[in-house]
Amino acid sequence: MERSDAELIAAVLKGDTASFEPLVAKYSPRLFATARRYARREDEIEDIVQEIWSKAFLKLASFRGDAPFEHWLMRMAVRTCYDFLREHQRNRENTFTELTTEEDDWLERIMSAPEQASDHGAAAKQLVQKLLDMLPPPARLIIQLLEIEDRSVKEIAALTGWSVPLVKVRAFRARAEMKKCLARIARDKYL
Amino acid sequence: MNLDTLQTKLIAVARATPPNDRVPYAFEKRVMAHLMGRPVDSLGAWSTALWRAAVSCVAIVLLSGAWSLWSSHQQSKADFSQEFETAVFASAGSVDDAQ
Repeated sequence: MERSDAELIAAVLKGDTASFEPLVAKYSPRLFATARRYARREDEIEDIVQEIWSKAFLKLASFRGDAPFEHWLMRMAVRTCYDFLREHQRNRENTFTELTTEEDDWLERIMSAPEQASDHGAAAKQLVQKLLDMLPPPARLIIQLLEIEDRSVKEIAALTGWSVPLVKVRAFRARAEMKKCLARIARDKYL
Repeated sequence: MNLDTLQTKLIAVARATPPNDRVPYAFEKRVMAHLMGRPVDSLGAWSTALWRAAVSCVAIVLLSGAWSLWSSHQQSKADFSQEFETAVFASAGSVDDAQ
């Protein structure tokens, strides 16, 4: 019979390390999906998820059980992904000249006939990724959680450990930063 | 060019294309091998134990200090009344001697 998360955690804390494996199997898909929002290379993604599990294992005694294990794990995941963003800040000075022909075409379509531009094209996805890569880590995290995943300010505060006022300030700055990056793309395209 | 429209469209694209949740083959085994092979954090365990001991020692010092102050205060009260009595009766005694 399948054991519950609480039973598995209790077993691990008593010294039965092997009981951690079912938790890893159960929640790894969610962690990989989360990590893929912040990293592109599969080796980096796997490193991030492995680090999340290492931290979860080391800090398992601090899990109080007043919220589901998944929530506690996701908080750790978001913070680990944020640390990754800060450690691996890419060159955010991508200019329009670095866009591919397909991305260029998609931008042309969106500017001339927005309702006709596809939401699913590969060029659109790549363009979104480049835009997110241009953002500084706090802005990228906020845009990801607030705009893309549609989480509330309170949820974001709980996930990141930031206060609610700080989340609001960072959200304001993130949106301004995103507009600046888009304006740069538009300026590079048309000048 | 409407930046708001562009931003809205890009966000819509991001929402419409969530990342996949594929787990690499044998990932769980690699994680468990990494965790099982993890050395015991003896330094961490020692430092935790030392911190706990330090907190207990500080508590004992504070209690001892408070007890010491309280008991010396009680003693000085008793001493004061004794001394006062001695002083009063000493003067009474010296008057008797004079007589």
